[in-house]
Amino acid sequence: MGFLDRFFRRESPRKSAKERLQLVLIHDRADISPGTMEMIRKDIIHVISNYMVISEDGIEMDLERDGKSVALVASIPVLEVKRGRGREGVK
Amino acid sequence: MIDRKKAGASAETEESLMDTRIIVVTSGKGGVGKTTVTANLSARMAMEGFKVVAIDADIGLRNLDVVMGLENRIVFNMVDVIEGSCKLPQALVRDKRVENLYLLPAAQTRTKDAVSKEQMMDLCESLRGEFDFVFIDSPAGIESGFQNAAVGADEALVVATPEVSSVRDADRIIGLLESFGKRSINLIVNRVRPAMVRSGKMLGVSDVMEILAIGLIGIVPEDDSVVVSTNKGEPLAMANLTPAAKAFEKIAGRILGKDIPLQDIDDLDERGFLVSLKKIFGRRGGRY
Ligand SMILES: Nc1ncnc2c1ncn2[C@@H]1O[C@H](COP(=O)(O)OP(=O)(O)OP(=O)(O)O)[C@@H](O)[C@H]1O
Ligand SMILES: [Mg+2]
Repeated sequence: MGFLDRFFRRESPRKSAKERLQLVLIHDRADISPGTMEMIRKDIIHVISNYMVISEDGIEMDLERDGKSVALVASIPVLEVKRGRGREGVK
Repeated sequence: MIDRKKAGASAETEESLMDTRIIVVTSGKGGVGKTTVTANLSARMAMEGFKVVAIDADIGLRNLDVVMGLENRIVFNMVDVIEGSCKLPQALVRDKRVENLYLLPAAQTRTKDAVSKEQMMDLCESLRGEFDFVFIDSPAGIESGFQNAAVGADEALVVATPEVSSVRDADRIIGLLESFGKRSINLIVNRVRPAMVRSGKMLGVSDVMEILAIGLIGIVPEDDSVVVSTNKGEPLAMANLTPAAKAFEKIAGRILGKDIPLQDIDDLDERGFLVSLKKIFGRRGGRY
């Protein structure tokens, strides 16, 4: 890296190559198969059901890609919150 | 002969004496050094005393024959064997310079559709017990040519250069190989230019490793001797010890299970010497 680059905190090609790679791989790898997605869905239902009654048919779940990040976004309709089941109550 | 690992023996019959290791050399991206790696590791292993066959699975675009310098002696090819036009031993080209080194050439005038996965599987199985090592040079891409090359292999060597597109494609190939159930997948980083890494102009081996997170089995520097050896059709192992030749020797050693430490090549200079600054620093730094 040259003096000027360092002075102006310009990113080195090495660093930007690495960052670009990391980013592009997040997207590539987030190409999750429908089978895996279904497993995640089942697991989420299982965990949430400990705390509340949810509408399994109404669940919407998807990976959303936005610039620098990928997010797993889920919308889970709650029908009823179970009473008296705090964190400790779950086994 | 050098000690052979007896693990994973497939000795169904009396005569299968050898535990054959079938290794596919692949990359995803084209032109990153698959053929170079296949030719040089095959030659190196033969020089270590093992019986080796290098298979060119790049049907229609054969190149391994010229890189190994055996193009003038080809009579039959892999597709002839698969279609039953000749027997396997008739298609094997024996290298006269090194004992125990053979090439099974690709067909040049056919396409990758000339063979099926099942046929490749059968071909590989027929080599078990006959050779110590089978190296398969895969075509670029992720389609049937690559899949045919990989189907019969137990192990995979993934070749990548320190470039964004190559590492990205390597990541994809690693994912596919894992989904095929390959147990052993190792990475070779080829064409490393330490000076450019040090000056922050290019990805280093450490960066590539951090990103791909698989086993690293070797680092091959950018080296003019590779071009010269390709032009002459003489694998590096057969001639002088250039940095690339040394790199292939080390990789062969690691494949044989020898404990050869991986130097952080990002700290090496163009000729493969440790950068003196680091050397001096290292000596001063307590460890002597
Ligand atoms: N370490 C190296 N130093 C210098 N040149 C190299 C090195 N490795 C490979 N090359 C050169 O790069 C070119 C491509 O190499 P090679 O044919 O082995 O790649 P490949 O992955 O088999 O390509 P393809 O995908 O077309 O089959 C060749 O000209 C070769 O000489
Ligand atoms: Mg090739």
